[in-house]
Amino acid sequence: MTQAELERIYEAMAKAIDAVGPDQSEVFLARLALALAEDLDQPERALEVIGESTAALTG
Amino acid sequence: MRPKGRGELDSLYFDYPHFDPPTRPGGEPQMPVVVVGAGPVGMVAALTLAQHGVRSLLLDAKATFNDGSRAICISRSSYHILDQLGIAAPFLEKSLGWTKGRSFYRGRQILEFDMPDSADEKFRPMYNLQQQYIEAFLWKAVEAAPLIETRWQSRVTGLEQRAEGAVLTVEDPNGSYALPARWVIAADGARSALRGLCGLRLKGENYEGRYVIADVKMAHDYPTIRRALFDPTCRPGGTVLIHRQPDGIWRIDYQLREDETNEEATREENVRASVEGVLAEIGHDGGYDLEWWSVYSANTLLLDDYRQGRVFFAGDSAHIVPIFGVRGLNNGIADGHNIGWKLAAVLNGDAGEGLLDSYTPERRGATLDVFANASKSTRFMTPPTHGWRVMRDAALSLALSRESAGHLANPRQMTPHTYADSPATTPDDPGFDAGPIPGAMIRDVALGDGHLSERLGKGLTLLTFGDPDFDVPPGLSVLRLPADGPVARAYGAAEGSAYLVRPDLHIAARWRSVTAGNLARALGRLAISEEETA
Repeated sequence: MTQAELERIYEAMAKAIDAVGPDQSEVFLARLALALAEDLDQPERALEVIGESTAALTG
Repeated sequence: MRPKGRGELDSLYFDYPHFDPPTRPGGEPQMPVVVVGAGPVGMVAALTLAQHGVRSLLLDAKATFNDGSRAICISRSSYHILDQLGIAAPFLEKSLGWTKGRSFYRGRQILEFDMPDSADEKFRPMYNLQQQYIEAFLWKAVEAAPLIETRWQSRVTGLEQRAEGAVLTVEDPNGSYALPARWVIAADGARSALRGLCGLRLKGENYEGRYVIADVKMAHDYPTIRRALFDPTCRPGGTVLIHRQPDGIWRIDYQLREDETNEEATREENVRASVEGVLAEIGHDGGYDLEWWSVYSANTLLLDDYRQGRVFFAGDSAHIVPIFGVRGLNNGIADGHNIGWKLAAVLNGDAGEGLLDSYTPERRGATLDVFANASKSTRFMTPPTHGWRVMRDAALSLALSRESAGHLANPRQMTPHTYADSPATTPDDPGFDAGPIPGAMIRDVALGDGHLSERLGKGLTLLTFGDPDFDVPPGLSVLRLPADGPVARAYGAAEGSAYLVRPDLHIAARWRSVTAGNLARALGRLAISEEETA
């Protein structure tokens, strides 16, 4: 993915979080992650990324 | 502003000169160019005109330089302009070059980035130098230039546009007088008097982000690396930037909360408390002296047209840009140089007035480009909503393990604008698969003991590769390069290729296989006909 493409996704997610509102943003992000994981179709890789993200915020 | 008990020009490290009002002649003959404003932009414009043999009169309302260090980051592209003017040496000697930035999120370093640099580049991507020094070094060159006359304490209060020029009304302590000029460059800053006299207004947006910029003198041991502190303990939710400057001076920028008014924030005791919070955060436990501070808002404002009759606007009089991209000063220097060489070409009879039509599209385009990048930087440095803040914090956190996320956090630093859409730029030759495209600034290449950029002429330069089979029109500098050397490789050039380079080091045109006919057409786009180069 190019830097510009990654930036488009960053911007779309920022706007989507604002659109769903603070009460629902957690559900929105979980739903998004689950849908992307299914599309990725690599369960081991998805679990690795879950581990990586957890470690970064708890370490 | 400065601490209690010290005057506005009472600096810890810099002696401000005092300039007397001018001694004027009995009559005022028409000047080819009057430059209004002897700040960095006006001085670059006057020096550029002088380099091309054109006289100018430089006016400034003040009796000394700008107070405070203001703009401190000078980019590589500005150093190329200073080098073209032959005055880069004092800047190189005093300034601190840098290539590296570090970002911290809640006290942890999450990213270190390097700006593009290599041995092929003559200059580093960025240099830190206080604006007083920038002005002092430019002034030394202006003072030594016989083609530039400077009048301090001279304020423009009137403007009359005529077909063959403009007449300014100028006031100094000895009275008021009429000053006729064929052309006027308005480099008189954000509160431009000439903009008001033309009835023009800057248009655009005011962002919410406001920063205090404060300079302190302290013995602090840290290399010249730009530090960005996101969500630090001293300013929860805010952003802090720290830059090293020469003379043991450090620039601290900190974001104000919405509930902090400018008036409260700029009171000395509040500035001191905020600065001390930042110093505690970065582990500086020695003392410090407060030198100067100011408050700043992230605005994106510009004029619809940088030209009004005989008046060209350059620098802050034409555009106000946010600080994050460090483009205020650098963009202004490029404006002053751009209009300088174009007016000189017209006044010297080397080009028609059509060349001047490229000034607004090129330099206004550069400002719009700055705005696009700056609004992205502003959203990152100062997230406007919950969604932008969540994504910003996620990117900062992800940057610990992923380089791609680090790029999202990477402040977009100055890259020169590409004049691809300028009427003066010839559309690209599709035969190239490498090298700077028409409109882009040249890419420097290490060559022998020096660099390609040093071998270019003061006017237009044709780079030819190998032995092209045609007669080069007179009036062009020609730099003959081998078809298999380092420049040919970097420029995707082969036997018979050529690049036409402008005085500001932007590419006007390029051909895989140059002919006299397509060179003449490219010169025509610059309003230069073959007869005029002859």
